Amino acid sequence: MNLEQQRQQEMQKEYHVLVEQIKPKTRVLRNCILAFLVGGFICLIGQIFLQIYLGQGMGEREAAAATATTMVFLGAFLTGLGIYDVIGKYGGAGSIVPITGFANSIVAPAMEFKREGFVFGVGARLFTIAGPVLVYGFLISALIGIIFYLIR
Amino acid sequence: MGSKVGQHTISFSQPPLLTAGATVVGPMEGQGPLGQTFDWILEDLLFGEQTWEKAESKMLQESAKLALKKRNLQSQDIDYFLAGDLLNQIISANYAARSLAIPFWGLFGACSTFVEAVLFGSILIDGGFAARVLVASSSHHNTAERQYRFPTEQGIQRPLSAQWTVTGSGALVLENTGEGPRVTMGTIGKVIDLGITDINNMGAAMAPAVADTLLTHFQDTGMNPDAYDLILTGDLGVIGGNAFRDLLAKRGYSLGDNYHDCGMLIYDLEKQDAHAGGSGCGCSAVVFSGLILRQLWEKQYRKILFAATGALMSATSIQQGESIPCIAHAAVIEFN
Repeated sequence: MNLEQQRQQEMQKEYHVLVEQIKPKTRVLRNCILAFLVGGFICLIGQIFLQIYLGQGMGEREAAAATATTMVFLGAFLTGLGIYDVIGKYGGAGSIVPITGFANSIVAPAMEFKREGFVFGVGARLFTIAGPVLVYGFLISALIGIIFYLIR
Repeated sequence: MGSKVGQHTISFSQPPLLTAGATVVGPMEGQGPLGQTFDWILEDLLFGEQTWEKAESKMLQESAKLALKKRNLQSQDIDYFLAGDLLNQIISANYAARSLAIPFWGLFGACSTFVEAVLFGSILIDGGFAARVLVASSSHHNTAERQYRFPTEQGIQRPLSAQWTVTGSGALVLENTGEGPRVTMGTIGKVIDLGITDINNMGAAMAPAVADTLLTHFQDTGMNPDAYDLILTGDLGVIGGNAFRDLLAKRGYSLGDNYHDCGMLIYDLEKQDAHAGGSGCGCSAVVFSGLILRQLWEKQYRKILFAATGALMSATSIQQGESIPCIAHAAVIEFN
């Protein structure tokens, strides 16, 4: 490494230290509490629906499927109304992790890319956000399946 | 003909005049502290169009037309139209130029485009290649978000260091005769990169570039920051602004109350949820063409140094892990 590169690296290091000092600290505790409350509230709504469906005489599996469908609908609906991104701003992971967040990550690109047409817009971009979750979700579940098969 | 001063500074012998300026902004910018200074505040982000991209191009076009109208000029009176924006292949400017029918130089300097256009226009006029030039640059929050970050309805939490892309377009008419503030000097910046890779902290990435350009300017001209009634940077925001102050202080130049940043001026940072401030090609364009131009006419300032900063990455280069190269150009504007 020559002297010029060395100087450049030192300058970069020095600057990174400076930026870290200036950067506002993320309010971790506040964000965690908000995520807990928002995520918990979404799950509470899910639980209410589950109880209603069970009360209507559905079996456990059917009621669970119906609840998931309802929550996906709610997430999609609130995204369409432009409300879910506001919830997300405060809720953070609390609104991303539940199934409503998954609905949001599908509907948001669908709305966004509708203007590029239904094939190259909606069709091609629908999973831009959810895609990685699906890909690695499938991959991990396959790996776990293999491990389970081997140790059983 | 102009001349070169020092290393990278140019001085105009017959400084071009900024005879008119016009601005079109979105609703959020209209509600901000500078709302009064804009010519046209849109009611919604679509501006009566089908897509945000069309809306942005229309804003650019309307701001250009409005600037011409203020001077009672027609398209055919203008020798060149210089414009740029943030979108891929600078489509907002290209499509606006299609309907304006003025010979067109498309420019890309990200958020530094506005000053780049002003300096380039001034060079054309002082060089005798043009009598009148129209310059403009625009940005739109939603077009920028979808190109660089996430779909707009995605429920994400923006980091506190993130800046909010300004929806707005500013245009200026530059002429070789008339009345108005004059562009007397310019310092052309180098591309500087101190290794910041965080797309949510663009101010910090850009600060070293503007520090470098201004240090060059001070060295070339022998001036110091006190020589200006106002030193205005484009869109460093809170973090970039502080880093910039620090970088200059380390080199022996301290900035006083005469330093402001367009990104911090345009929004009420307490109330408007813009986090670290505004950004985008439209940010410096509307703040300068609105507030600052008015203050120059009101003789609040006699001499200002206006440096716009641009982050020159693309969505692809960021995903590939490259750091953010940045540039800043500075113009000296005087009104005696």
